[in-house]
Amino acid sequence: MSVRRLAEDTVQPATFAFNKENAAWAKATINKYPKGREQSAVIPLLMRAQEQDGWVTKAAIESVADMLGMPYIRVLEVATFYTQFQLKPVGSRAHVQVCGTTPCMLRGAEDLIKVCKKKIAAEPFTLNEGGTLSWEEVECQGACVNAPMVMIFKDTFEDLTAERLEEIIDQFEAGKGAEVKPGPQIDRVYSAPIGGLTTLQVPQPEEKKSAVRASKSAGGDKAVSVPPSNAAKPKTASDVTNPTLKTPATAKKASARNAKIEGETADKSKPAKKPRVKR
Amino acid sequence: MLRDEDRIFTNIYGLKDKSLKGAMARGHWDGTKELLEKGRDWIINEVKASGLRGRGGAGFPTGLKWSFMPKESDGRPHYLVVNADESEPGTCKDRDIMRHDPHTLIEGCVIASFAMGAHTAYIYVRGEFIREREALQAAIDECYEYGLLGRNNKLGYDIDIFVHHGAGAYICGEETALLESLEGKKGQPRLKPPFPANMGLYGCPTTVNNVESIAVTPTILRRGAGWYTSFGRPNNHGTKLYSISGHVNRPCTVEDAMSIPFHELIEKHCGGIRGGWDNLLAVIPGGSSVPCVPGAQMKDAIMDYDGLRELGSGLGTAAVIVMDKSTDIIKAIWRLSAFYKHESCGQCTPCREGTGWMMRVMERMVQGRAQKREIDMLFDVTKQVEGHTICALGDAAAWPIQGLIKHFRPEMEKRIDEYTRNATSHGAVLEAAE
Repeated sequence: MSVRRLAEDTVQPATFAFNKENAAWAKATINKYPKGREQSAVIPLLMRAQEQDGWVTKAAIESVADMLGMPYIRVLEVATFYTQFQLKPVGSRAHVQVCGTTPCMLRGAEDLIKVCKKKIAAEPFTLNEGGTLSWEEVECQGACVNAPMVMIFKDTFEDLTAERLEEIIDQFEAGKGAEVKPGPQIDRVYSAPIGGLTTLQVPQPEEKKSAVRASKSAGGDKAVSVPPSNAAKPKTASDVTNPTLKTPATAKKASARNAKIEGETADKSKPAKKPRVKR
Repeated sequence: MLRDEDRIFTNIYGLKDKSLKGAMARGHWDGTKELLEKGRDWIINEVKASGLRGRGGAGFPTGLKWSFMPKESDGRPHYLVVNADESEPGTCKDRDIMRHDPHTLIEGCVIASFAMGAHTAYIYVRGEFIREREALQAAIDECYEYGLLGRNNKLGYDIDIFVHHGAGAYICGEETALLESLEGKKGQPRLKPPFPANMGLYGCPTTVNNVESIAVTPTILRRGAGWYTSFGRPNNHGTKLYSISGHVNRPCTVEDAMSIPFHELIEKHCGGIRGGWDNLLAVIPGGSSVPCVPGAQMKDAIMDYDGLRELGSGLGTAAVIVMDKSTDIIKAIWRLSAFYKHESCGQCTPCREGTGWMMRVMERMVQGRAQKREIDMLFDVTKQVEGHTICALGDAAAWPIQGLIKHFRPEMEKRIDEYTRNATSHGAVLEAAE
């Protein structure tokens, strides 16, 4: 579980109202569910409110609750439970969501996080100086065969390298985010293997044209992605896990601190469950 | 190897025409009306005979699940809910169905709804799949325009399909949590019984199926259960979308027959393991929730429900995560623990507290800052979380750690030894512990 709170009152706007287009959409969405079950529309409505304002404000939560005839607490519950709702303002030009779960981590997501820390802000959910960019580490985004990847608003950018992500962030900061082609950033067709199909190779007559077009449009920069060599290596936060050091504590004083205190074995305080192996 | 003619998802890479016209040219929506005219019992029996098992991970026979729905309505409407909340780390098969081959799913919804007497189907797409949702909605709109859906349609069976979406909660992939979420609440699983077939969405009879299970049924019915059972070993029939990620040369999503040997799957479609087969450390063969299997055992493994169960793992969603020897396996599993800690819904204490505890201990295991007996304690705690929660998330959080301890205990002990050695002061005289 993650603890999520609403943003402070100082940044909360006083009112919220759907614009005309969204209000019509909201009405149609509520009608998708049976009568008396309008509550079902709460997630889509909150999501649309987030798209409109960039984040979910307290006023939006109350406004959605009024629309659906729900108690405020029930909508607040939903807004804080689902992690896709941004409860604080995020970057206006890009909110970079880096997938950090194991499949992406194996392919080098940690390097992408480093890029975000360097280019945007040291901490997630923090706006950069201009207020244009922010980032967060998210859990699996479901594009694992195209790892590593990031999601920026509605689009995914897949098969990334650290350099390519820097370029993408620069483009978004310059306000040219729409020009970046979403999907795989290398010569690859969606989730197909790099370098050519292994199945469904024979195009049927009516399909020849589109197949040719697709392979052309996928052409781009570097031919094959080189997976980062230090993927999923342990972070050496302290000297004691640093493989290059044989003896981290060389100073007498420091070494004394490391020395074991006699009798301080954990076995003493809590009797071990299993019989100890005889030496 | 599966021939192209036998593949169900003919446009899985989106290279061909995605429109209704293109789908029809590839044989979808062919004779759907005639299939419906054969009747509910015929459809359910045919799906049962095909041996199709649910593709969402648990592998429950789909035909059997459908037959649990009440035959006659007692006044309450019936619902079909399609689980497109694909969030299992490693899994990305439904994504390609929805964005590139949506008509397989829509036709499947019509047939499944008919088989269980439902006139309304909801497709619950995960919140992050925004473009996929748009593609699916566009395809549904097309079907409405063409008169395949809605009231008084060309198929002679009234059916409405609505696309609903979540907002980034992994737990909503659990069927009762999904129903809660669809009702506009927090996605916290319900106790079963009552099962959804009796009391599901809005308290009405409901069946929840995975996208892939629904999307393959039209082709099975058209080509016959006999065709489908010609693939794979008994009890594991059919074709399957595999998504192979991690340290292979060419990660991809691909459809192939069930019971394909792991070696063949990797060599044929993924260009081998990065650095060769000797470089293979471990494989998580079915999405993050199943235990990992050491590379040496995995090489000859058969990719199906029973074959992987024999190895102490499972097929799950057939999301194969490959790890080569450059991987820090302890850290890879720790990251999964972090995932489950993040995604626990907080309803049951063993899971809410246990996932956080396991993650923190795993964090120390990654550094080696632990006692060896804590490995036993960690194993013990995973056993106490497993099976003591309402839904399977507790189990899913426990199994990867259990797999790690089972197969990579020496690695964990080595890490602890290294830490201890480095932590011992330089020049200190070690005394024998006598």
